Amino acid sequence: MKSALVSLTSLLFISACASTPPAEPQPTPPAPAPTRQTPPPSTGALTPLPPVPGSVDEFNRTAGDRVLFAYNSASLTFDARAILSRQAAWLNRNGNTRILIDGNCDERGTREYNLALGARRASAARNYLVNLGVAPSRISTISYGKERPIDGRSNESAWSRNRNAHTGIVSGAVS
Amino acid sequence: MKMEITMRLLLALFIMGFAAPAWATLEIDISKGHLDPMPIAIPDFVGASDPEREIGVQIAELVRANLERSGLFRPLDTASFIEQQTNINVQPRFADWRVIRADALLSGRLVMESENRMRIEFRLWDVLAETQLVGLQLATTPENWRRIGNKISDVIYQKLTGETGYFDTRIVFIAESGPKTDRVKRLAIMDQDGANPTFLTSGKYTVLTPRFSPTAQQITYMSYASRTPSVFLFNIETGRQEVLGDFPGMTFAPRFSPDGTKVIMSLVQGGNSDIWVMDLRTRQRQRLTSSPAIDTSPSYSPDGSRIVFNSDRGGTPQLYIMNADGSGTHRISFGKGRYSAPVWSPRGDLIAFTKSLNSKFHIGVMRPEGDVERILTTAYLDEGPTWSPNGRVLMFTREPRPGAGPHIWSIDLTGTNLRQMPTTGDASDPAWSPLIE
Repeated sequence: MKSALVSLTSLLFISACASTPPAEPQPTPPAPAPTRQTPPPSTGALTPLPPVPGSVDEFNRTAGDRVLFAYNSASLTFDARAILSRQAAWLNRNGNTRILIDGNCDERGTREYNLALGARRASAARNYLVNLGVAPSRISTISYGKERPIDGRSNESAWSRNRNAHTGIVSGAVS
Repeated sequence: MKMEITMRLLLALFIMGFAAPAWATLEIDISKGHLDPMPIAIPDFVGASDPEREIGVQIAELVRANLERSGLFRPLDTASFIEQQTNINVQPRFADWRVIRADALLSGRLVMESENRMRIEFRLWDVLAETQLVGLQLATTPENWRRIGNKISDVIYQKLTGETGYFDTRIVFIAESGPKTDRVKRLAIMDQDGANPTFLTSGKYTVLTPRFSPTAQQITYMSYASRTPSVFLFNIETGRQEVLGDFPGMTFAPRFSPDGTKVIMSLVQGGNSDIWVMDLRTRQRQRLTSSPAIDTSPSYSPDGSRIVFNSDRGGTPQLYIMNADGSGTHRISFGKGRYSAPVWSPRGDLIAFTKSLNSKFHIGVMRPEGDVERILTTAYLDEGPTWSPNGRVLMFTREPRPGAGPHIWSIDLTGTNLRQMPTTGDASDPAWSPLIE
């Protein structure tokens, strides 16, 4: 009963967080007459539930859906390999899922060269997953070149985020 | 006195590298900005009625704007004109035009022959030699007045420079809108001066890198409308779009062969891009490169015998040339920086390219032998040059500084006369049509 209450309150908390409107200044109401009140009993801190197993949410949160690359490179970094290993483990646990890997580039390159570079990045991620046992038939790849930046700014931080291979679950996940 | 105009133009053309042998091109940079555009007087075209005069004014304005934009001519202020011509079939009072220092004079007349047909007559005069250089007439529908103005501009340009003009042409490009992270890209077309902009696709799917066929009636481009992003053909007359070929992977970077019978492009297989060519009649395809490197942005020489392309087989993106059958590949770019997006000049003597060096992008040209490199532009992002059909002007995409939207710019082969094309919104990936028949 208590745990049900906790999940209910955490649910309320989550839904409250999900759509927090900007606080609008309210006119201050006249101060009520002071009354004595006992504080409500403590509920303990709210902590998030783990994502539903087999869900896209779980994939994104436990494996990570995006690996980053160095400038003009399609080589998998140490961090990228770690993320792809977790992706492979998740994909091997959830064998009905299919994925689309899109390769992306920062804006500092010509359009056609970046289409080729994005294809190379998507392929590097794909090959790593295949080597870790994910069936090739479950993986599609696409290159967006520099056409789909996730960060629209033009600075080092944006460029580093925009040089990526993103793994999207296209079917088979628990919703 | 005719000689004077001729000499002045010969000198101009020599400075701009046209009459000059290729080895002399280094002199262009030294002389750039010293060119004296030719003063030309273009009165409003005369007419017997208000509707005729109205179109006559529009045509004269269009011709003046075209010639001014070329950088080779300086149309004189119409307010300075002394003689007010009413009849173009008599000699002008040349002394009146010499006083205002006009070297050339264009006199035009417009006659409405019926509601749907007008006749345009024009004479080009050499003011100093007191002779007629051109006397022509043509007839068309009144709505067609812009093309008439462009054709007249081409006649003047050709007569006075000896070079074919480029005014009766169109630009296909990508019209862009929306935030960078959710960009809408539509295929669009406009006249070379930015007039008559028209969307050709809805924007539902991203489209990139359009290029004209030699007949200017077809466009090849890349689109995400198909399951696998692919090279498409677009017929301008019918509006019909089709995927080109059934390739086992993403195809991109398309360009027509100079005779229009083939499209050359990149195909991705196993993450690797190689260059293929497809015959549009037989639909047969042939693989031209098979390196594990990126091979893309192929562009034919005007005689169709060779192909310049972009490859990182040497470690960084550089320019290479191969024979049309894929043999004889050799690198031509050896300067500092990264080279990409090469385009062979329609004259055959130069290759335009994009170069990135020290966090800047440049449009430049070099000879097919790889020497005599000249950098024409510098910005945060300049890319994707396209040649005017006479090979003397380049258009390209420019993002002037980080975060500023792209627009289409043009520059002379001399490195002078840098201008932004008037487009209603952001625009990129221009491709210049051949002269319209």
